[in-house]
Amino acid sequence: MNLWWKSAADFWAMGGAGYFVWMSYGALLLAVVIELIGLALRRRRALAAIEEERELEAEN
Amino acid sequence: MNWFYYASPATFYGLAGRLAPYFFLLAAVLTGWGLYLGMLVAPTDAQQGEVYRVIYIHVPAAWMSMFLYFIMACYGALTLIFNTRLSGMMARAIAPTGAMFTFIALWTGAFWGKPTWGAYWVWDARLTSELVLLFLYFGFIALANAFEDPRRGDRAAALLAVIGVVNLPIIYFSVKWWNTLHQGASVSFKGTSMHVTMFTAMLVMSAAAWMYAIAVTLVRVRSIILERERRAQWVREAVKA
Repeated sequence: MNLWWKSAADFWAMGGAGYFVWMSYGALLLAVVIELIGLALRRRRALAAIEEERELEAEN
Repeated sequence: MNWFYYASPATFYGLAGRLAPYFFLLAAVLTGWGLYLGMLVAPTDAQQGEVYRVIYIHVPAAWMSMFLYFIMACYGALTLIFNTRLSGMMARAIAPTGAMFTFIALWTGAFWGKPTWGAYWVWDARLTSELVLLFLYFGFIALANAFEDPRRGDRAAALLAVIGVVNLPIIYFSVKWWNTLHQGASVSFKGTSMHVTMFTAMLVMSAAAWMYAIAVTLVRVRSIILERERRAQWVREAVKA
């Protein structure tokens, strides 16, 4: 399969529609990154809560 | 295989943990392939120019926003009918990703609409019903978290999810029922009017979105299970291991 673009500059320019195309892909990337960070933080909080309860039980 | 075995949070926790990495891997591979085809190989659209390349995320996101809502509502129905614990947790795990895809569908639609229609937003039937879907997701999340007892939250939110299903055919058929700016479907069971490379790229990106949604949901439901079952002995042992 041949690449459609003649140069990297053409690719980034997207025929003058670069702003609209990259704002779309950028938003998706940002949303995915935020979601993945949120997932990691939530799991960390859940594990911390379990550990905290375990320590409280041990103290009692 | 006894499917009911995995209806228990304790057994599903382990299964979800084993499956999630494979779905993440599939999502990454399919995204790479889809972007390669869509962004580098597919030709320019004769009418829209290069801005059409937004469809490789817009269409999968719009499809996922509806599919995920439907699956969330199915889990909601299971919660209401059988009062199963895992179904409520699954519905909660799906909602944020469904909302994310709905937002992306609206956002990318706006950035496709500006150069194509001349406006980021119009109160078109398709756009408006999709916006209603985003509010339904927000309402579900808010309602599920509004109760001290999470299982009461599950049931209240499940009811909203089931009622909200009525919006899905409205979104899908809006372009037929009303005179709208939004174009009709380019893909149907009869075939497609799209170039084969464009069509392949869109399907691959849709498959990638599915894999990502499944992976993220599995990871999120594991956290929800830990939060809910943190006093259970099996959780202590699973976390220790």
